[in-house]
Amino acid sequence: MRRRRAAGVFLILLALCAGPLWAQAPAAGAAPATSASPQASADASQLHARLAQLEQQVADAHSAGDNAWMLVSAALVLMMTGPGLALFYGGLVRKKNVLATMMQSFALMAVVTVVWAVVGYSLCFHTGNPFIGGTGYSFLYGVGAAPNPDYAATIPQQTFMVYQLMFAIITPALITGSIAERARFSALMLFMVLWSLLVYSPMAHMVWGAGGLLNNSGGRFPTLDFAGGTVVHITSGVSALVAALYFGKRVGYPKQPMPPHSVVLSFIGACLLWVGWFGFNAGSALAASGLATSAFVATHFAAASAAIGWAGAEWIRNGKPSVLGAISGAVAGLVAITPASGFVSPRAGLAIGLIAGVGCYLMVATVKAKFGYDDSLDAFGVHGAGGTIGAILTGVFAKSDVNPVFHDAAGKVLPVGMLEGNAGQVVNQLVGVAIAWVLAIVGSLVILKIADLLLGVRVTQEEEVEGLDVTQHGEEGYNLEV
Amino acid sequence: MTKIEAIIQTSRFESVKDALKEAGIEGMTVTEVRGHGRQKGHTEVYRGREYSMDLLPKTKVELVVADRLVETAVEAILKSARTGKIGDGKIFLTKIDEAIRIRNEERGENAL
Repeated sequence: MRRRRAAGVFLILLALCAGPLWAQAPAAGAAPATSASPQASADASQLHARLAQLEQQVADAHSAGDNAWMLVSAALVLMMTGPGLALFYGGLVRKKNVLATMMQSFALMAVVTVVWAVVGYSLCFHTGNPFIGGTGYSFLYGVGAAPNPDYAATIPQQTFMVYQLMFAIITPALITGSIAERARFSALMLFMVLWSLLVYSPMAHMVWGAGGLLNNSGGRFPTLDFAGGTVVHITSGVSALVAALYFGKRVGYPKQPMPPHSVVLSFIGACLLWVGWFGFNAGSALAASGLATSAFVATHFAAASAAIGWAGAEWIRNGKPSVLGAISGAVAGLVAITPASGFVSPRAGLAIGLIAGVGCYLMVATVKAKFGYDDSLDAFGVHGAGGTIGAILTGVFAKSDVNPVFHDAAGKVLPVGMLEGNAGQVVNQLVGVAIAWVLAIVGSLVILKIADLLLGVRVTQEEEVEGLDVTQHGEEGYNLEV
Repeated sequence: MTKIEAIIQTSRFESVKDALKEAGIEGMTVTEVRGHGRQKGHTEVYRGREYSMDLLPKTKVELVVADRLVETAVEAILKSARTGKIGDGKIFLTKIDEAIRIRNEERGENAL
């Protein structure tokens, strides 16, 4: 909207600059001829051609700016999986499992990419029914330099496709945290391929796909999810809980101590995640726009206040603020701001981050212990809980002056969030959250059963005790001499 | 000949090394070890889960000396390794039957 107005102003300025030329032309031709001269009409058509050319150049420049930002964003989001998440998770496991844990993230960078090219992108973003996309973009047929105006009118569809791919990669990678240190690699990869097609694709299509059930422009239940609170974090976090329950506890849990083997690695990973998240959230504006800036700022503020929230809660409860607590808090805040980032003010970002930081800490430190499930690296505690908190709070804090998403028939901007007077939005958010939870639970259970019957999802007890690095990959992370 | 095995606080290692040097003791072998005696460890908290860390990092110094030097060496270690707090470690003495220098096959105290 704002961009279109800026382009209009620019064209008027161009016309004013061109004005004197036009004024001179008839004056020069007026002396010999009294009627409308062929000369004048020739000048006018020349001017039209020039204006059209200028308009094209303006559009090209605009596209170049947006495309540059979107390509950088895509690269940032890939960096979140490797090395970001790989380091974050890799540091949290025992040292006999560090490589296997990193490999689980890295392998998805390759496997999901192939799935995406074959049919994944199409199932997410081709026009289909309200639940899943069609197969028209299979093998990326017709996905080229021309923009797809359903999603982003100023960048090549290929840019949009590869940007979305990076989301499809990190989402299943997040699940690996809950079943760390005991999954069989082959079965895990089978699980991930099926999960990507049967859980991620329908959820992404429902929320973001043209004609999707939850799409915020035209869906049956318009759910606000700017960068993937439901699509990425609830689906992965809830599936992680289901998987943790299906797999069962690690050998020796909770009696045997299993502290992180290197909080240093996790620290580097978390900092890379924080930086990468700017591509994730601000990039979800799909343009180098003011909205991207707003999402960038809200994202950063939420991460900061959540780090303080989690570490502060620890400080009060245990007497010490831990490094692992501070970085876990930042990640929890980033998760929670994800759906809200393009709809809320920076102040709301601070509030959402603080709530998520304290909330996720309590999930991880008290609720998990009470129920006794072994969500090894807290994929559910951070992504499932943080994603749910964020998705609901988006409906509370969303503001029309940040992002005027809803209009009436006359084009008038309508209130968006509950604090603006649209309490119904919280209900829509809850519908989106419920669908994401149900899809993740049912889909994951079915897929786990299939993978378990075919390959056996869990390694043997001997393999688990020896460690996944040696038994699954024939390597060790640390071959240090002496 | 006697082998002196001293398990000490890692933070005291530099001063133990200097004290032995001053006492005229040459040669030692040092390892980083983990363990505990009567001292209990400390607790660490990761994401709300408490772990009691009872195996603490220590430094083990091993040296074999002629019998007439044993008391001097032990005295040097005791003085330099002591902080007075729990966890200062222990010294163990063992009789050594033979020592052989690999380079020229010298034996006994000459090999030390």
